[in-house]
Amino acid sequence: MTNTYYREHEPVMPSFDRPAGRPFDPSPELIALRGERPVARLAVPEGAPGVWLVTGYDLVRKVLADPRFSSRYETQYHPLVHTHMPPAPVGDLTGMDPPAHTRIRKLLTGKFTVRRMNQLTERATEITRDRLDEMEKAGPPADLVPVFAQPVPAQMICELLGVPYGERDAFTEAAHLASGGDDFEASAAAFARVSEYLRDLALAKRADPTDDLLSDLAGSDLTDDELGGVAAFLLGAGLETTANMLGLGTFALLRNPAQLAALREDPGLVNGAVEELLRYLSIANTGLRGVLEDVELGGAPLKAGDTVVISLDVANRDPAKFPGPDALDLRRSATGHLAFGHGVHQCLGQQLARVEMRVAFPALLARFPGLRLAVPPEEVPLRNPIPLYGVRSLPVTW
Amino acid sequence: MKITVDQGRCVGAGQCARLAPDVFDQREEDGVVTLLDPAPPPERHAPARDAADVCPSGAITLTARP
Repeated sequence: MTNTYYREHEPVMPSFDRPAGRPFDPSPELIALRGERPVARLAVPEGAPGVWLVTGYDLVRKVLADPRFSSRYETQYHPLVHTHMPPAPVGDLTGMDPPAHTRIRKLLTGKFTVRRMNQLTERATEITRDRLDEMEKAGPPADLVPVFAQPVPAQMICELLGVPYGERDAFTEAAHLASGGDDFEASAAAFARVSEYLRDLALAKRADPTDDLLSDLAGSDLTDDELGGVAAFLLGAGLETTANMLGLGTFALLRNPAQLAALREDPGLVNGAVEELLRYLSIANTGLRGVLEDVELGGAPLKAGDTVVISLDVANRDPAKFPGPDALDLRRSATGHLAFGHGVHQCLGQQLARVEMRVAFPALLARFPGLRLAVPPEEVPLRNPIPLYGVRSLPVTW
Repeated sequence: MKITVDQGRCVGAGQCARLAPDVFDQREEDGVVTLLDPAPPPERHAPARDAADVCPSGAITLTARP
């Protein structure tokens, strides 16, 4: 491919909308674009920097691994709101570049190792069992999201951070509102409340440490603002992500009964099943990077100051990497999927998410052998795909 | 197969320790990769290759033994 190839093509503005009636599939226009132009110039208003959409697996991976593509929000032009983004709040690792990013991430990686997270399996099992007990008492029917999908990861991350048990309910309610609400102003206000609460809690642990992650961080060289910011970031990152995977993942399994039956009959499939659900659903589906210097990407001439939009969900359906990508196949190897990203920002909490899902999906299927949707599938309310896809509620019966 | 790791590049995501736990581990204090077996037997080559392939920071290098 040559630069001429791109100059000869008009900029495009494909629809990011998911196809009607196929809630698990990415935008068909983005899929089509991936086949024609895995790096495509997007149409933007006069005077805006160049904005490029990257949809091919190899190229998305390349962008995520290359330090010439910046995560700092202020380097990124948002093609939907037509302006540059404000800088990330203090402590938000997703909006930082090395070395500032490295300094904070290094404080956290030891707390989220494979070994440490696997040690939480037993606790995840207890929490999951308690929630299934509640669900069984309350129903049928029940809305899986508030009774199961949200509280399991919420309780896990709260215990890990060291949020006192008595305060947990009000706190997680505000936190869900903060990260998952439809009303932007209410969400922002709730986020501010939760951030303030966490900041106070973390600062209190500075004086009087307990045995938890916030206390460990309180003993580090983070400033008070950074400590509060990192705490809020970790909570936000731990709360809605796995919750959406459990909700949307259950929906996907219920819509693929042969796959569900396979997992129920052979719980040994669970590790691969979780990876495949991550790939297939790719709930964190779209990211931005700012281009720091001129660089050629897949033949396209990117300039310093341009912005790159990456479609993780479309990349995870790239047939060059995953044959028959639109089928949910729990027995395939989904290794290499980009659902947790790639590069220095790859999800810090991925092993925690895996433990939660490996416990929760099989336990749910085992507890309710007759689990099924309580409404027609087209009536399951879906979230906006950006920033995080999922179901708003999942009415089930058994 | 000979394996080397670059601890300075590692971002502690843990993919290697998950995929090939007989070959890679993570340091307790900061999650950085440690190498348990720099010259693994053939049955561990496939998981080691997966680990090197998916490493988010490119911290793992595999070379065929001379």
